[in-house]
Amino acid sequence: MNDLWISLVQSLILIVALLTVFAGMTLVERKLLGYFHLRVGPTRTGPWGLAQPIADAIKAFVKEDVIPAGADKFVFRLAPVISVFTALAVWSVIPVGPPVEIGGRVIPLQVADPAGGALVALAFTSLHIYGVSLAGWASQSKYSLLGAMRAAAQLISYELSMAMSILGVFMLAGSLRLADIVAAQSDVAFIWLQPVGFLIFFIAGVAEVARMPFDLPEAETELVAGYSTEYSGMRFAMFMMAEYLGMMSVSAMVTLLYLKGWHGPAFLPPVAWFLVKVAALLFVFIWLRATFVRVRYDRLMDFGWKVMLPLSFLNLVVTAAGVALWG
Amino acid sequence: MLSAYTDVVIFFLAGAGFVLLTLAIGRLLRPHNPYPEKLVPYECGEIPVGEGQVPYNIRYYIFALLFVVFDVEVVFLFPWAVVLRELGMYAYVLMVIFLVMLVDGLVYAWRKGVLRWV
Repeated sequence: MNDLWISLVQSLILIVALLTVFAGMTLVERKLLGYFHLRVGPTRTGPWGLAQPIADAIKAFVKEDVIPAGADKFVFRLAPVISVFTALAVWSVIPVGPPVEIGGRVIPLQVADPAGGALVALAFTSLHIYGVSLAGWASQSKYSLLGAMRAAAQLISYELSMAMSILGVFMLAGSLRLADIVAAQSDVAFIWLQPVGFLIFFIAGVAEVARMPFDLPEAETELVAGYSTEYSGMRFAMFMMAEYLGMMSVSAMVTLLYLKGWHGPAFLPPVAWFLVKVAALLFVFIWLRATFVRVRYDRLMDFGWKVMLPLSFLNLVVTAAGVALWG
Repeated sequence: MLSAYTDVVIFFLAGAGFVLLTLAIGRLLRPHNPYPEKLVPYECGEIPVGEGQVPYNIRYYIFALLFVVFDVEVVFLFPWAVVLRELGMYAYVLMVIFLVMLVDGLVYAWRKGVLRWV
């Protein structure tokens, strides 16, 4: 528990930091995709295209906000806000490093440290589905509705595998507090004890934030832009923001749960290690997007229910046997 | 009484403030010029036929039902997973029995062809 004002200052710093990273990431993603495709990416706005995020932000602010005539106006306006809220809220429980001492006060590098931290993060991740499905439903457009339906089925299918695979980590750590989970990995990273769980969690994470190869909810070649077809201006930018924040929080969760969090050789400070690991995972996200083609919908559902779910069951039973026998 | 969850709420409110501020600023800056043609839902330039909220495949609903079963089960698994080390083999065997019953449901759905999408 922190003082109120410390939490507030931390929250504001974290939100500003997250949005800065979001802005930077849109540029880095376009640049990297460019290099993957043997192009150069954005170059016209500033040196190396560095001003591109600023130009994008200005454009989002000054674009007209069109709400289709038949749309449910209240829900239409609410949906992107829910998306961003939930994507941001995941970060309230994510620790970026061990507590630091500033002016004789020990300040934890996370806004909130509840006993069920990992559960809070998981819960907010799954709330994202409300933003998506309400957006599709309220738009009164066929593409939006199809995108929202796909999103709903996909997100709930992969959420199961995600929750089941994370159980292995909880068993090994004996705690739901993210800082405890990191502390439990001071000797050996959980990725070595839970290789299958790690793979399932990461694949399900990619599906949860609907990134390539699982980006069927917005599949631009068939559904225009899926659930966000009818959105424009700032509200559309908010869906983008939610997607990138989701990517960041999945990367942060993987880092904390499987990759030792902020532990690492001493030549870098703990927070730097955390950021390096998250950045590496974000690179993997972009790499996946450049490498894979979109999967077909029936294969996506088959993979989720007939491969990921049984595998995560198996992972759960085997891990539990190990913990119960040799605890 | 302040708890760690209060901090979550504070963060949530800060986030809310930020989102609403962004939307408010946007409202001051952006043009507002709607006319009927602009407000038509996008269908690649065609005039939309019928409602936007078309009937959709019943399979989405079946998957949602299956999801509820397994998700409720996962809720039971979380507390068990945290204290498994202290409870030991007895709790493990009990939970395996519970899991077998649930996997049985998945196998049943699988055999019935519910999981087949097409």
